[in-house]
This record gives sequence, structure tokens and C-alpha cells, in this order.
Amino acid sequence: MATQVVMEALSPTMEEGRLVEWKKQEGETVAVGDVLAEVETDKAVMELVARVGGVLLRQTVAAGQTVPVSSPVALIGQPGETVPAAAGNGAGAGAGAAAKGAQQASQKPAPPAPPPSAAPAPAPPASGRIKASPLARKIAQEQGLDLRAVQGSGPEGRIVLRDLETAHPARPAAAAPAPATARAPAPLRPVPPAPIPAPAPGEPFADVPLSQMRKSIARRLVQSIGPVPTFYLTTEVDMERVWEAREAMLAAASEVKVSFNDIIIKAVATALRQHPACNAWWQEDRIRYWSEVHIGMAVAIEDGLITPVIRHADRKTLREIGAEARDLAAKARDRRLTAEEYTGATFSISNLGMLDIDEFTAVINPPEAGILAVGRIASRPAEHGGAVALRRRMRLTMSCDHRVIDGATGARFLQTLKGMLENPLAMVW
Amino acid sequence: MANFDVIIVGGGPAGYVCAIRCGQLGLATALVERDKLGGVCVNIGCIPTKALLHSAYVANVIRHDAKDLGLATGELKTDYGVAMRRSRKVADQNSRGVEFLMKKHKITVLRGTGKLLPGKRVQVGADVHTAARAVVLATGSRVKGLPQIGLELNRTTVISSDEALFLEQAPASLAIVGAGAVGSEFADVFNAFGSKVTLIEVLPRILPLEDAEASDALAKSFRKRGITIHAGAKITSAAAGKDKVVLELEAGGKNEKIEADRVLMAAGRALNTEDLGLAEAGVQLTDRGFVQVNPATLETTAAGVYCIGDVAGPPMLAHKGSREGVHVAELLAGHPPRPIDYTNVPSVTYCHPEVASVGLTEEQARAKGLPIQVGRFPFSANGRARTANETEGLVKIIRDTRYGEIVGAHIVGSHASEIIHELVVARTNEYTVEEVDLAIHAHPTLSEAIAEAALDSMGRVLHI
Repeated sequence: MATQVVMEALSPTMEEGRLVEWKKQEGETVAVGDVLAEVETDKAVMELVARVGGVLLRQTVAAGQTVPVSSPVALIGQPGETVPAAAGNGAGAGAGAAAKGAQQASQKPAPPAPPPSAAPAPAPPASGRIKASPLARKIAQEQGLDLRAVQGSGPEGRIVLRDLETAHPARPAAAAPAPATARAPAPLRPVPPAPIPAPAPGEPFADVPLSQMRKSIARRLVQSIGPVPTFYLTTEVDMERVWEAREAMLAAASEVKVSFNDIIIKAVATALRQHPACNAWWQEDRIRYWSEVHIGMAVAIEDGLITPVIRHADRKTLREIGAEARDLAAKARDRRLTAEEYTGATFSISNLGMLDIDEFTAVINPPEAGILAVGRIASRPAEHGGAVALRRRMRLTMSCDHRVIDGATGARFLQTLKGMLENPLAMVW
Repeated sequence: MANFDVIIVGGGPAGYVCAIRCGQLGLATALVERDKLGGVCVNIGCIPTKALLHSAYVANVIRHDAKDLGLATGELKTDYGVAMRRSRKVADQNSRGVEFLMKKHKITVLRGTGKLLPGKRVQVGADVHTAARAVVLATGSRVKGLPQIGLELNRTTVISSDEALFLEQAPASLAIVGAGAVGSEFADVFNAFGSKVTLIEVLPRILPLEDAEASDALAKSFRKRGITIHAGAKITSAAAGKDKVVLELEAGGKNEKIEADRVLMAAGRALNTEDLGLAEAGVQLTDRGFVQVNPATLETTAAGVYCIGDVAGPPMLAHKGSREGVHVAELLAGHPPRPIDYTNVPSVTYCHPEVASVGLTEEQARAKGLPIQVGRFPFSANGRARTANETEGLVKIIRDTRYGEIVGAHIVGSHASEIIHELVVARTNEYTVEEVDLAIHAHPTLSEAIAEAALDSMGRVLHI
């Protein structure tokens, strides 16, 4: 019995693929893992590999043809095995014996099949029917609880009485009885916000269920501004010392090319380590705080853009970041990035400085909670040493998902980042 | 010897239902039973008593209603032996039904007395079987006497339900000690079969766990039919002879002397926890003698040993045990079940009129300080009840005035055991009295009394 080869979802968002070139011809022996064909997805040109061994009995899709994910493209079977005329026919159902490629222009692909991997259940919509028991509804109404912020534990996620009991917001710490003894000495530093929990050993992140306040912030802001409630923070950085540092590095070793972009990536990654609250993903019912720092770097390519990821950017040297960034950018332009190379960023940077943009706002790439828009370095009059001087200045604008990052949280991160760029030694501190 | 995923000790309604669910979920399952499948419930409990109660019901209809209904029958003759044999037939059919269910679900039935050994092993006779996942204890309970007041079961004059279910004829006089569900049901049966019945309860009223109004309604009906009730009565002495028992009671400062052919002991049950190897296997008991379990998982203090049914704790009811059986089976198969709501187990006494309830009594609700309003609707105002000449009793709904929550519901009347489930479903789904009213009830039905009681709890009753 022959086995069907289907168009696989080679990228997380792929709905259809164009078969660029067959690498195995009909009659050829194939082993598991052999490359059967090259397929162009929405993101890159990828390899379609054999999942079973045998003989490639038939190519049911011709080179150049585009077919939806999950539809058959070939048959693999035993040598000498005959193929029923209609079997394994891909886009051209009912025309099994037709010469390959003959129908490619006229045949419309069937509607794309749903991607094979089940997406996680979507969070309940902000509006629409809420499943809740009548009793839970009445109590919620009486007490002013918002049922949309409550996780139901009944059948099919129905909200029942016990869910309300656990949903009551925790008593604020301020309500704790004051100590009876003399006033405690004032803390030397302001009390930090609730700490971001450290992930369990070996885990790259820690998921933190949303507090009632965070749920409420999320719900209100989405109503106000859209599905990703974004706000923007802009600061201007004095780049004189980065400029000097880069000149010095370039002078020290001619084979190394260090770009400002590399330095900014390094600085952002290092600053994120100090501000894990900004290195996070919005996950609908929780926030995922990453302990690893993976920086997405927007790269303009023909017809669009893609964001390859520099993994563990905080732990890499400038030299490594530079080499990797150039390699990924080149791959991106050639559309040769693998899915691993453009997914999984925890924070992104978009730099239009080389295109003479002073400042701009970048659009958040969900589920990431922030993106930094980098403007050009321009000589501008600025205060320096008590006088006005022309200084190399650069504007940074951070877009923040307000469900995850509050104004002050983002501002503190930018403050750290600005400090690092104005005093590059702080990066290695 | 043989290896199973799950070994269940005890084939009553907790154990055999657990076995079915285990089988359905693909677990290799063994059920250990030393007697008939179905346990007390099927063989010497729920099922045969209901068969006898049906005879009693028809007897009472003929005796009290036939003439009024236009039926001439002459004087009614009753034969307890015939009714008993019919009840045996029904019980045996049910037990064979359980046997069929075991075969259908490929459950291995191990005949014999099971004994727990350490390490999830069970000894049955000379064989030792090992459970890969769990051993489930479902050994149930049995009748007991009260030797401390001189009423040890002698199985001739001092009997239990075990003997009452096999009598060839109804005794001329019968004293029943304990007026819970069992005592009240046998009072109904033997009264209908012509025995002179005296019902004795140490607590202040019959059906002491039910709402006081339900107790009172039943007591009124019983007295009308000639059953003597001594509630709040202490037995001060008991002398069991060869064909007669003499009891002395003290009730309300008065002393009473009762002579009866038989005394039926219906005060509590003994747990089957002896000779099971529990202590050796690390299974601990509570101070009340039940097996100690984690309430969420029903796992005992020995890892991999679970416990369900009567031995796992009160209420000692078949349907509670069955639910626990399903719960543990799903847990063992890796399907985490939703928690069992022990506050929502219905309680039913099948005497006539029937008494059924769920949730708190009015007294309990008041003791908890809940703000409540009580709604009532008597069956005498219900059309369907009047058509059947069955106007005794009422529906009583206790409503929390804050949100309309149904805190408790109590029904005394014909078919109470059936119509209580509307309120069980309502409580399970957290419907309030308003949803109960909004549901359109067919007319004429007994269930309309429930909607009316719900309305009455909001001060809006229609038909009174």
C-alpha cells in the first residue's frame, strides 16, 4: 500500500506551499529523511523530506504548483507497486493520469486545510457569552466582580461558585496590621514591585497567572485601543561614547566589523536581564517571563520584512552578535531562514536609522510585549558639560504592550538602556 | 498469581460501578466478592426493600382508597411470604444483571474474601494478586445490634433487616429500634402487612437527620395508619426471650413497657474493616472507624490503596458510593474528575409518603446564620396529587435571601424520591429559585409543587 506524501506546514503560519523543485524523480529510491522537494512557504524556501522509505511512485504535484497544507503531493510505495489512477491526486482531483503540470494554472487549490497542529484553545473573547452559573452571575453582579476575569472550573469552563471564592483579589499587603512597636526605620530604597519569579531550574521561563489587577488592566486597555494595547516611550541617547568605542574596536582589529546595531542589540539584551518585566510574552491568561533573552531583529526584505532571532543575545559577545546578525540578515534576504531562526524572540528591535529616520514607532510582534524603534544618529545641539554643544544623538522609542508593561516599567528599562549606551562599560559591569 | 491494573475489593454499588468504569477506561480490572454481586444494596438492602414497599403501597391503596376509587375488593388478605419471594426474585435479577455487566466490561470476578497485603497486593483464598495501579477498598457495612442495651442480634427474636427480608410471615407485633430510613421503611412494610408496629427512636423525632417538618409530616401519616411512635425514647431494659421481647422505655419522663414478637434493630451499621489487613498495609482509620482518605482523591494513608463507599465515610448511601467508584476509576485512568460535591447528595426514605431531601435542613441553615426564607407548598393544593388521592406532605425550599441560592430542599409526599432530582440538578448547576420557577412545569404534575415552593420562597406563590 502506497503512502501519501502531503504538503507539510513548514512554518508556523504556513497555509499553502509552492513546490519549487523536485529533488527526487519518479522511480527513484528514497530513504526516510531524504529531501523530496524544495517548497516555498510564506517565509522561506524549505525542504520537504520523506517520512517513509521506498520508491517515489508518483509526483502528483508539478514543480511550480501551489497546494494547501495537508494536501497530497506524492506517493511513496514498494518497487513495482501500481498506483490506482485516482489515488494520491493532489490539486487536480479526478484527473489522475493527466500530465503533471498541465493543470497547474487552471486548478484553484482547495481551501487551505487547518494547520495540523492544534492551536491552544483561544482565550474567551472579551465580549460574547460567558459561561457561568446563575448563582455565580448573581453574586458577581452584587459584588461587582467581572466574570470575564474569572477562570471557570465547571464543565466546559463554566464559572461556578467556587471559582468566585478563589477569584476574590488577595487582601492588599497594606491591610496587614501595623506593628505595635515603634516605627520601623524607613527603608533606604523604595520597595520594589512584586518580584518576577525565577523559573524552575532548567526552565527557560516562568509563567505567572494574571493577577486581578493585571486582568482588569488587560481588559480595559483592549477595549480602549485594540487587541494589543500599545503605548510609546521615547528617549534621546547621547551616542558619543558608543561612537568612540566603536571607532576603537574597529581600529583594534580590522577583520571585525562592529555596527551600531550590534551594540544596540547587546545593550538591549543586557538591559533586559536587569528588567525581566520587559522580557515577556502575553499569553492571554498569564504572562510568560523569560529568563532567556532572544532578540528579534527586523530585517527588510523584498516585499516585506522578517524578524530573525539572535538567541541568548545577552550572553554573546559583540563579535558573535555581529557575525550572527549579518548571517541571519543575509539568509533572510535569500529567504533561507528556518522556522527556528525567525521564531521565539522575547523582545524585538527595529532600526531605520540607516534610512535617515529620526524617530518612529514600531509595531509589536505578539506575543512579545515590547519592541524598540531605533532612529538615526544625528548631530544635534544638546547640553554637555554645562554648555550647548553639537552631540551625536539617537532617539529610541519603545512600544509597550500595556497588558504586560506599565509606563514606569518600560521607562525604567529605557533608563537602564540609555545609561548603558551613554556609558558602554556599564554593559560589562 | 494474576496481575491487574486495578483490584477492587467488594462488589456492592461502589465497587462494581468502579469496576465498570475501570473496564470502560481500558484498565485490566478484578473485582473481589465473597457473596453475591451487587452487595447489600442489590441483595439485602435497597432493592428487595423497595419491592416489599411496593406491596405495602398497593395494600394501603386497596385498604384505604379502593372503595373511594370505585373498586370493590372485599376484605384484603396479605401474605408476607409471597411478597418476600417476589422481592427475592427482583433482587436475584438485579444481581444477575451485575454479573452480566461484569462480563460485558471484561471484569475478572474473584470469588472469595479479599485481604489487603502490603504493596498493592490482594489475597483471595490461597492466591495473591498484584495491582499495577491501585487497590480499591469497597467492603461496605453490615447490620449490627446494640449489645450494650441487651439487644444483641440473636437472629430469631432480635433480628436485623437481613432476617426481616426473609421472613415467611409478618410478625403479629414488631418493635423497631431506630427510626432512620431503614426503620421507617420496615415500619411502613410491616404495618401494611398487618403487624402491630412500634417505632422507637432515641433522638427527638423519627427520621432525625431530615428537616423537622418532614419528620412531623411522616409521623402524622404513620400515626394515622396505626404505627406507634416513641421518639426521644431511651431503652432502659431489654429482655429477649424465645418468642417474645420485652422492652422498657423512658420517654419524656414517662416509662413505657413494650412487648413484641420481634425486635428489628435498625440503629446504625457496622463497617467491614476487620480482617482486611488494613493496619499491616498502612491503611489507617479515623476515630469514627471509617477508612481515612484524602477527600480529593479518596486515596488512603497507604499509597496506591483507595477507598470508596460506606467504609470511606458518611453518608452511607449507595449512590454516594457509586459516584466515588466512578471518581476513583477516572482518577486511576488519568482522567482527572471534577470534585464530588458531598453537600449535594440526595437522601431518600421510601416509606409512604416518601421523604426526600438535598442540602441543609432549615435548622442547619439557621444554625449557620444564613439569611433564609422558607417556601412551602402542600400537596393538598396540588391538582395531580388530589387526582391520585395522595395529598399528604409538602415541598419545602429554603432560599438564601441574598442570591436566591437553594440552600436546602425537602419533599414529603408521593413520588418524592423521583421529583427531588429537579432540585438536585438545580443545585448541581447552581440554579437559583428563580430558574426553578422560570422552567415551565407541565400541568398537572406533582413537580408543579416544586415550582410553587420556589415561588413561595420569594413570596409569590400562586395557588394557595
